[in-house]
Amino acid sequence: MDMKRDYYEDVQLFSSGVVVFWFAALILCLALFPLFVKNYYVYMANYMAINIIVAVGLNLLVGYTGQISLGHAGFFAIGAYGTVVFMAKAHLPFLLALPAGGLVAALFGFLLGIPALRLEGPYLSIATLGFGLTITQVIGRVELFGGRQGLHTPPLTIGPWHLDSDRDFYYLLMVITVILVLAARNLIKTKVGRAFIAIRDADIAAETMGVNLTYYKTLAFAVSAFYAGIAGGLYAFVLRFIEPEMFGLMMSILFLGMVVVGGLGSIFGGIAGACLLSWLDLELRNILSIPYLGQWLELLSKDYFSITGVSNIQFIVYGLIMVLIMLFEPLGIYGIWIRTKIYWRTWPF
Amino acid sequence: MLEFIQTITSGIAVGSSYALMGLAMVLVYKTSEVVNFAQGEMALVVSFFTYMVLENYGFPFYVAFPSALVFAAFLGFFLEFAVLRRAKEPNILGMIIITIGLEMILMGFVSWKFGADPKTMPFPMSPYDSVEIGGVFMSSLEVLTFVVALSVMAILFLFLKYSKLGVAMKATQQNNMAARLMGIRTNRILMVTWGISSVVGGLAGLLISPTTMQPYMMWDPMLKGFAGAVMGGMTSLPGSVFGAYLIGIIENLFGLYVSIEFKSVVAFTIIVLVLCVRPSGLFARHYVKKV
Repeated sequence: MDMKRDYYEDVQLFSSGVVVFWFAALILCLALFPLFVKNYYVYMANYMAINIIVAVGLNLLVGYTGQISLGHAGFFAIGAYGTVVFMAKAHLPFLLALPAGGLVAALFGFLLGIPALRLEGPYLSIATLGFGLTITQVIGRVELFGGRQGLHTPPLTIGPWHLDSDRDFYYLLMVITVILVLAARNLIKTKVGRAFIAIRDADIAAETMGVNLTYYKTLAFAVSAFYAGIAGGLYAFVLRFIEPEMFGLMMSILFLGMVVVGGLGSIFGGIAGACLLSWLDLELRNILSIPYLGQWLELLSKDYFSITGVSNIQFIVYGLIMVLIMLFEPLGIYGIWIRTKIYWRTWPF
Repeated sequence: MLEFIQTITSGIAVGSSYALMGLAMVLVYKTSEVVNFAQGEMALVVSFFTYMVLENYGFPFYVAFPSALVFAAFLGFFLEFAVLRRAKEPNILGMIIITIGLEMILMGFVSWKFGADPKTMPFPMSPYDSVEIGGVFMSSLEVLTFVVALSVMAILFLFLKYSKLGVAMKATQQNNMAARLMGIRTNRILMVTWGISSVVGGLAGLLISPTTMQPYMMWDPMLKGFAGAVMGGMTSLPGSVFGAYLIGIIENLFGLYVSIEFKSVVAFTIIVLVLCVRPSGLFARHYVKKV
């Protein structure tokens, strides 16, 4: 049923006509989505799309290549600032500035990838974490980047179109997201992707089989950083304002959380984790206005906790999700999906 | 010259609290290969527990501090028993994710309970009166931190070398399976390790809380302690202490001579540079993996 009979079957992008059909249906839904919903949900979809790009990129690094990164907010910040500065100071058009910002992030990813060649486990995590913290500090001190005050994004025009509402931006964002996700899926199916997976499973064995570790590890960092950079550049235009404080350690942890919750080593997992956590992020920001639960939490906070710290419940929720997923379903949402599928395929046995 | 010595002295003073955090993380990493990102937040919970006991229930210091350490030990036992032991397929990444998750849960609870505004910890010693030693000033709290860090290190050294439990901990770390075959209950050893490291970290938290007390206070010491431990090699106790002091001193010297603005991030830049040259830290033997 899932047997691959030849090489081309293994590398093709869509495995059957059914998949093509569902993919087309998904694209159609995405295209019609903003016509039927309130503005807030369009904003939410934009936010999700950005996190999807980061999570898919980070999954290439963490899930497929097996290198941990606690500094992805740094690449995200580089992309955001790069894009805005290229547009505002160098007057590049958006469609050039965005890849340029992504490429700057990729360059930094490549540079971080060099020391990462010899590091693993706790050593790699502290190195990437330090990188993330350093980047935001440096950005906060440079006049060109607006220092601590942050930067406002310039108005967004592509050719004859002015994209000044969330709905206009939605279509641009969706096109970029779909392209990047398909590109990631394609990458995994090529020689490069197989090299990544070989490095994850046994790097020394991969090296003896002829995989160039230096090249592929730095490439994994660079590609992952490129994804984060592109997402950062888009994020700047969703918020219309960026400041260094936004790109803290918490953001890196959240990105890593999305990948882990969704499922390490699967594109679908990255998408699902990003959707779940960004939905939670937006919903839990004003937790007291959730019906029933909000009132109960308000009473609880007044009696036993403090009402000023009630927004910190979101950290508890994230933490619980991460711990529980790791304890009970190490493959994340993707693992749950696989198990459900197998259950129904063999039902009633 | 005096300014230089003064800077080094305050570097050592800061380094002492980093060293305690680093020691705590190394203890856990040595026995179970888990990088405990929740260490700082465990210390945070301990110091807010002490605050509650002192401020809300009005117990005297000589009751509050010992009970805080006991509480710290039980917190460590509990987290290991209830969470870490339940992990299905423990690998390094999974364990890092679990401890980060725990960190977020603990921090969320503390800041939900106490709000984000800073508190003042009642402490028998004011952080502002200072001692002068040959023209160099140190606050008495810093002296206390230094003394505590050194004595904790000495106690841990003696404990690991001479006590039965310490030897069992070493055996567990070196070869879990062989230790179990020799009749050591390795699960229980891991639990005890978590308890001990939680107490060591909790001491750091208690010594930091008089100067600053808010839910984010342990981030910086924890990361710097971790950085120091990594610099020292993550598996050697003296190495981690040395690394932590080195980071404290370099940080202060950098603040004095180069730029005060980048003082807090220089530690991480140094870490990356050190790791480029010696990927397993300064003191650990480089471990070559076999396929």
